[in-house]
Amino acid sequence: MTKRELTCIGCPMGCLVTVELDGDTIASVSGYTCPKGKAYAENEVKDPKRTVTSTVRVVGGKRERVSCKTASDIPKDKIQDVMREINSAVAQAPVGIGETLISNVAGTGVDIVATSSVGKYHG
Amino acid sequence: MYDVIIIGAGVIGCAVARELTKYKASVLVIEKNEDVCTGTSKANSAIIHSGYDAENGSLKARYNVEGNRMMDELSSQLDVPFKRIGSLTVCTDKARAGELHALKERGERNGVQGLQVLDREQVLELEPHIADDVVAALWAPTAGIVCPFKLTVAMAENAAVNGAEFRFDTRVENIYSQDGAWHIVTDKGEYISRAVVNAAGVYSDVLNNMVSDRKLSITPRRGDYILLDRAVDGYVSHTVFQLPTKLGKGVLVTPTVHGNTIVGPTAIDIEDKESTATTADGIDSVIAMSALSIKALPTRQVITSFAGLRANEAGHDFILGEAEDAEGFFNCAGIASPGLSAAPAIGRYVAGLIRDKLELSEKTDFIAQRKDILDPKKLSLEERNALIKEQPAYGTIVCRCESVTEGEIIDAIHRPVGARSLDGVKRRTRAGMGRCQSGFCSPRVMEILHRELGIDLTQVTKSGGDSYIVNSRTKDGD
Amino acid sequence: MNSSYDIVIIGGGPAGLAAAVSAYDSGARSMIVLERDEQLGGILNQCIHNGFGLHTFKEELTGPEYADRFIRQALERGIEYKLNTMVMDVAADRTVTAMNREDGVFQIKAKAVILAMGCREKPRGALNIPGYRPAGIFSAGTAQRLVNIEGYMPGKEVVVLGSGDIGLIMARRMTLEGAKVKLVAELMPYSGGLKRNIVQCLDDFGIPLMLSHTVVDIEGKEHITAVTIAEVGADLKPIKGTEQRVECDVLLLSCGLIPENELSTAAGVELSPVTKGPVVNESLETGVPGVFACGNVLHVHDLVDYVSEEAARAGAVAAEYISGSSEPGGREITLKAESGVRYTVPMTVRPDRIDDKLTVRFRVGDVYKSAYVSVYFDDERVQHKKKRVISPGEMEQIILTKEQLDSHPDLQTITLKIEQP
Repeated sequence: MTKRELTCIGCPMGCLVTVELDGDTIASVSGYTCPKGKAYAENEVKDPKRTVTSTVRVVGGKRERVSCKTASDIPKDKIQDVMREINSAVAQAPVGIGETLISNVAGTGVDIVATSSVGKYHG
Repeated sequence: MYDVIIIGAGVIGCAVARELTKYKASVLVIEKNEDVCTGTSKANSAIIHSGYDAENGSLKARYNVEGNRMMDELSSQLDVPFKRIGSLTVCTDKARAGELHALKERGERNGVQGLQVLDREQVLELEPHIADDVVAALWAPTAGIVCPFKLTVAMAENAAVNGAEFRFDTRVENIYSQDGAWHIVTDKGEYISRAVVNAAGVYSDVLNNMVSDRKLSITPRRGDYILLDRAVDGYVSHTVFQLPTKLGKGVLVTPTVHGNTIVGPTAIDIEDKESTATTADGIDSVIAMSALSIKALPTRQVITSFAGLRANEAGHDFILGEAEDAEGFFNCAGIASPGLSAAPAIGRYVAGLIRDKLELSEKTDFIAQRKDILDPKKLSLEERNALIKEQPAYGTIVCRCESVTEGEIIDAIHRPVGARSLDGVKRRTRAGMGRCQSGFCSPRVMEILHRELGIDLTQVTKSGGDSYIVNSRTKDGD
Repeated sequence: MNSSYDIVIIGGGPAGLAAAVSAYDSGARSMIVLERDEQLGGILNQCIHNGFGLHTFKEELTGPEYADRFIRQALERGIEYKLNTMVMDVAADRTVTAMNREDGVFQIKAKAVILAMGCREKPRGALNIPGYRPAGIFSAGTAQRLVNIEGYMPGKEVVVLGSGDIGLIMARRMTLEGAKVKLVAELMPYSGGLKRNIVQCLDDFGIPLMLSHTVVDIEGKEHITAVTIAEVGADLKPIKGTEQRVECDVLLLSCGLIPENELSTAAGVELSPVTKGPVVNESLETGVPGVFACGNVLHVHDLVDYVSEEAARAGAVAAEYISGSSEPGGREITLKAESGVRYTVPMTVRPDRIDDKLTVRFRVGDVYKSAYVSVYFDDERVQHKKKRVISPGEMEQIILTKEQLDSHPDLQTITLKIEQP
């Protein structure tokens, strides 16, 4: 039996939810106040996901960085891998908002897309 | 070989430098920090004392009163904000009101004019927010307030325009005399001169003791201050001192020339000559003690706190002039309060001594006037728009709190002895001096320094040395 | 650009844009947005993290994307705007003085002015943190701009003081960019930040949140080298003996936001000592006729969605104001904040001037669990709603209906209270 303690993010209450695991199976969930807490904790234990936001290097643009995000959530344990790819990526100006900067980042099947635009630099 | 090397680019060093450039002499100013006005000169009460406080016959008394008298002409020549607002030294104990008369007499013997002991009613007319306990005050109408940065910068610029050279980031490591010349050994090489001026503030004992057996001992006395928002402007309109009590000298509350209100200082003797860290106790005591003279001062409107070091010498007086056993080595040591007030007079006096020593003759082409950085706020709408048309940088506000334009910042960077750091820009233009304390403008000022000085953003500093703001680019880690 | 407009909107951030769009949709055509930055969108442009727009667009957007939605709406409507333009003065007669490189100093006569200048961060000075004053100390938002917009890192070892959302977000940003965030210290026994941010910005990366702790000393003469943090007691004063030294080269401050009301004050607008924003009525109109306020200049919001919603109302009422269709207000009821409720926005309500409903937003001064939000019409309790938790970090709201107000013709004061069971 392993125990995981999680703070629910459903509301400011921040219930401390305890999940007991028997291998990969959830044996019990306790400490939540409302159903949101239970669902959150189960999800966090089974398949925690996050959106990663950062910036990507831009060449030839009015700015040298463009903001970006994972187009959808990626597994939490892939954050570092995703960041590594983001850090080495280079985009050519102009970059439009929504444009794909990296396809299938870190093998997650999720793209990195620009969340803002950077125009071309004209002298 | 220079005629004169001045060590220290504080208000004293710059005052001496400017006075010396009235003569035919080559002058070099050496400063360990990256700019003028970075030590004692930058963190003090920013006041020009009337001169009643110093002991009769002391150098402090003489040069304070003389310096005070020079301020009107000097501030107008150099375009430096100076206001003769007068000071009140308040007494809260009826039994001690007599001491005000004693101070008045001392002041009169020092040559201070217009001193008057006022009763509570008269004080209230001048300062409506005076504390309830105040029974009387000594009124000194000749006291004033000045911007110490602008005064120092102005004297340095004017000295530079008249031929003085400046070397920053240059630390003096040794001084010795050889074949009738002084050798100044620094971390950037050796400089030689006929005469040396020691204007090294809290380090003036160290320099003196390199060359003289008449040892000096400076104990830095730290003073914590708080600075209040301009929203408090007008709450206090004169410099209000407290009559010293058994508990200490008290704190002063005074407006600044820029409309802020300053409260302080504490007086804590310390060992470390660089220890300008404030303490919670110091700030708390400044706030608590302000209540002794001013009622309900809005101290919550504090925008910053800082500490300055006063160069207190063991003998409690200025040490001015040629060291007895080191010919050509001129001290301006132990310049504690009222050093800022005395600076113009000290500059003139010491420069005079050097002129006599080196038999310097007067220049005919000395330029006495200097214009400050153009402040577009002082122009009419038409003038301002004409300026923006010609130089669009004056149409961009960089510091919103103090309404400083890009044009002013560019000017500050490119004038003689120009700004090279955020603090340098701040001291010259007030960008970053306001209530947001540079939160908004610092990235913009960094950008301008980067562009105008042609340096990388990672080389832009707050105040030289290791005070970088950013040290790498994102995405450069791997 | 003309020398007079019906509506001048000061600030092209989320509040100003939503106000402009809504004023347009309410029939106003002659209007201009004045923005001091080089692009529209305000602070959202540097808030590159996600979590914006769940209420407004039913999807999670990043700051720049949220801004972009509103910028598009403004552009589609052909709303006039000026960038790189600093408003220098707003007079009580609604003459707006502004400046930029191209036009110099210019004045615009406005029938209505919408204040949407946002807020700024509390700097170190206002916090009275003792110690040296070296480089390396940033308000979290300044660091956010440097990292996200300029692409520069202030350092590698970070301490954050204050657990406001920007501080939490920056703890994660700096971590993702390779810095080591050593801890977040929070003076209060609770965090002002969203739970989600505590979990996803701190817990995810093992960054400790030290509640009831503050910075009591800063070391480093040129650049910051370390801070000393200490636990604070119930009086929020440091407890001797709890000090610990933490080496760092960056100190980020996230200790609160202050509405930016210098222009409002100059115009003669009365400010609330609690919100530090203008005192407004149900129409978000300040004490100066024709001058409206919305967004963070009015009171600091927790979610941008509420900024947009509030600003849309300001835009609509301003449009109504300039069309002259607004009638004199009728009776005015005062809103009072008591027992735990710190303030309300608006501060007064004229029932004749609201549609069906009026949203009253407020914040509390402490964390309350299983407490009631109560609304009193004079001495009569008319609402009593149990809340599992209410915390100072989150904005709360109650709804007043016109019907309810109309059925109380002699009502003088509406009081909001937190009541414990």
